[in-house]
Amino acid sequence: MANNPFPLSREDLLKVYRTMKTIREFEERLHVDFAKGDIPGFVHLYAGEEASATGIMMHLKDNDRIASTHRGHGHCIAKGVDVHEMMAEIHGKATGACRGKGGSMHIADLSKGMMGANGILGAGAPLACGAGLAAKFRGDGSVGISFVGDGASNQGMFLESLNLAAVWNLPVIFVVENNGYAESTSVEWAVACDSYVDRASGFGLPGVSVDGTDFFAVHEAAGEIIRRARDGGGPALLECEMVRFYGHFEGDAQAYRAKGEVEDLRARRDCIKNFAERVIEAGVVKRDELSAIDREVLDLIEDAVGSAKAAPLPTAKDLLTDVYVSY
Amino acid sequence: MARKISMKDAINEAIDLEMRRDPTVILMGEDVVGGTGSPGEADAWGGVLGVTKGLYAKHGKRLMDTPLSESAYVGAAIGAAACGMRPIAELMFVDFMGVCFDEIFNQAAKFQYMFGGKVQTPVVIRTMVGAGFRAAAQHSQMLTPIFTHIPGLKVICPSNAYDAKGLLTQSIRDNDPVIFCEHKNLYAHESDVPAEAYTIPFGEANVVREGKDATIVTYGLMVHKALEAADALAKEKVEAEVIDLRTLSPIDWETVIESVENTGRLVVVDEAHPRCSIATDVAAYVGQNAFGALRAGAQMVTAPHTPVPFSPALEDLYIPSSTAIAAAVRKTLASEQEAGGRRRAS
Repeated sequence: MANNPFPLSREDLLKVYRTMKTIREFEERLHVDFAKGDIPGFVHLYAGEEASATGIMMHLKDNDRIASTHRGHGHCIAKGVDVHEMMAEIHGKATGACRGKGGSMHIADLSKGMMGANGILGAGAPLACGAGLAAKFRGDGSVGISFVGDGASNQGMFLESLNLAAVWNLPVIFVVENNGYAESTSVEWAVACDSYVDRASGFGLPGVSVDGTDFFAVHEAAGEIIRRARDGGGPALLECEMVRFYGHFEGDAQAYRAKGEVEDLRARRDCIKNFAERVIEAGVVKRDELSAIDREVLDLIEDAVGSAKAAPLPTAKDLLTDVYVSY
Repeated sequence: MARKISMKDAINEAIDLEMRRDPTVILMGEDVVGGTGSPGEADAWGGVLGVTKGLYAKHGKRLMDTPLSESAYVGAAIGAAACGMRPIAELMFVDFMGVCFDEIFNQAAKFQYMFGGKVQTPVVIRTMVGAGFRAAAQHSQMLTPIFTHIPGLKVICPSNAYDAKGLLTQSIRDNDPVIFCEHKNLYAHESDVPAEAYTIPFGEANVVREGKDATIVTYGLMVHKALEAADALAKEKVEAEVIDLRTLSPIDWETVIESVENTGRLVVVDEAHPRCSIATDVAAYVGQNAFGALRAGAQMVTAPHTPVPFSPALEDLYIPSSTAIAAAVRKTLASEQEAGGRRRAS
């Protein structure tokens, strides 16, 4: 085996590949099953964006909290939420991560530090500030991470949170996952500043912009600002400039995108393909090892879908429970 | 040992005692300390009306001034609650909820249910409510019904210092999100309050005056107007029972129904606007569940369906008066006689 030129161990590189591949196959399967009519409600897929969630979450432990978005499946998987429970939740089953009461847009698991996907764009930013505040009072060196898309980066509550985190010097990282589109509206049109680094400095916090399809770029940048936040250095903003392989939601015909755009992105900027090429070329990982992971991931997803389909639905008594802790 | 203190001091004392008892209790809001970063004294204000004055000296950094960013800091309080703290966020005036409502009704209220019972959010949002301060349309509203509409929120509105301390202590110890509404015209109102900590359970109304002729159901400042009305009615040999709901969600239906079954007449008094209010809620509930006990149609005394006006001449007309409450009670008595008259005629 060649010398490892990467900042992660061979085991960690295999873990990264497995995580990104699990997210991809989870989403590809949902794309197919949604079209078949197997999935109720809205589904927003994270396919193409895996390097961002994985590159950041590789630095986090269970007591680090993240506040996710409507496009949250990737964040959940990378943060360690159980894939079977996620799939059951998306199918509206009683065995789901939220017992079928949340669905795709509201998967949470506080035991893994996942404060919830969120159907309200930008609403996670104040919540992540709260996680950072709690961390500060506990003094345990943990951090809060707020994910928003380029669209939600224009929300008042997100912008207020940048200022609050800076004023209170909170251990909070704001990650702008810029996939170019707020639903169908271009970031070029909807975000008036030239770069997110400028926007961050306007609020008095450091900003970094990276190619969000390059796992190693995300991992390095995130590592630095997360370390800084853990050491009391305060908040920062990380822009991951990335690509969305599917529409805003499943069923979106994407007439607003250029002809051949997605095909081109899949060919040139597939974060998983590019990661695999780099680690294989460097001789640190063998193609066979990745193929074995591919098969295991497909088996995992197949098993998750099978058990989700077989799982019981919630019943009438579940309708009225858990509104309050006590009432 | 009980001594006479104001509702403002009772609230301050409840927070102080809970902060001593539980290190996870923190308090944040605009000027709750006052003067942070300013060249003069620290702890300059203790809240815009001085309710939290002195707590910074006792608890230091656990009290936090915030930028004028209700959405961010109310949301941060909710996020911190989900991460094991017991934050109290002060929303200076309830009228400001428009700029942070998402965090209250889409986040805090829904976590427990939406996440399958796995996330508790023990946050208290303290906020000033009510008219009479000549503070006009955007600093005077009684928006309690907006909160009671939302499943997942508990809504409290005390009428006196004793209840304020006990209910706020319960709110801080409670594991659900609580909207704690403090009537700004009651801050100076004094009653006997024990020095030690105590709780008042939610969902227990208080019969503040007993009477056999009519039931007046109300909360907050209107409790005092209802008592004035009951005094006036007593001179006419009409004995009105006055029920102080104290907590609006959960609400003590049992006490309300029991009283109406005894008196047969209901007047609901609400400082909120007339449509979809606590008044309509109580009237509808009694109509559905104790119709047979009613000897006359329920009457509602509320603010009019207008914004709160500024001019003292108008604001005094806006706030439900004891005269209007007494008139409503007389109306329930009169309409019973009419109904009886019709019955005799047929």
